[in-house]
Amino acid sequence: MMHAEMLPAWAALLTALLVLIGAGLTLFGAIGTLRFATFFERVHAPTLGTSWGTGAIVLGSIVCFSVLGSRLVVHEILIGVFITVTTPVTLMLLARAVLYRDRTEGNAGVPARLASRREQQGRTEAEDGDGDAR
Amino acid sequence: MSAAILVWSITIAQAMLVIAMACYTYRLARGPRAQDRVLCLDAMYVCAMLLVLTMGIRTGSSLYFEAALAIATIGFVSSIALAKFLMRGEVIE
Repeated sequence: MMHAEMLPAWAALLTALLVLIGAGLTLFGAIGTLRFATFFERVHAPTLGTSWGTGAIVLGSIVCFSVLGSRLVVHEILIGVFITVTTPVTLMLLARAVLYRDRTEGNAGVPARLASRREQQGRTEAEDGDGDAR
Repeated sequence: MSAAILVWSITIAQAMLVIAMACYTYRLARGPRAQDRVLCLDAMYVCAMLLVLTMGIRTGSSLYFEAALAIATIGFVSSIALAKFLMRGEVIE
């Protein structure tokens, strides 16, 4: 730990705080994944780690390397941006796949398709399209 | 002084991340259906990426940054492929 001795105390404290916050949020998300009952609840829990869990650790890394190098080092932001952009894509694709699987198998507790819901309400708007995005 | 603060906090943070990965591994082994396993695999990729990032802060070298970026990319691609497989039954149509 040669480099850490060169770090001023305020920077070390700030880095420590940010890293601990990020790791703690990731841990909370993991515990949430264990404790929630259904998949559609569980799919929300890991996003704690991918939003501010990642964000805080990346910020801590930026603070540490910027103070060490006496210049602004922001290339870690790339990881934060990448995770922020890709996680919603992954989880929405996964949730849509699960919805499709649940409907195909006819499981209980799955919201009905928009088209069949309209039929249940007695409205016949056939020319309106099925309104269900694929 | 600052070295002690940094070493202790990063050790605790790494322990937290490893416990989080253990939680995900438990859900991965137990998870009732395939979608839970895909979700846990995606979250474990993020955890591993954060672990590598904290390792980079600990050693003070920026080499770990590239490894973290590679892990994040591979995790995204593999999760997308697995979700597509769950939806369609095949990855490339």
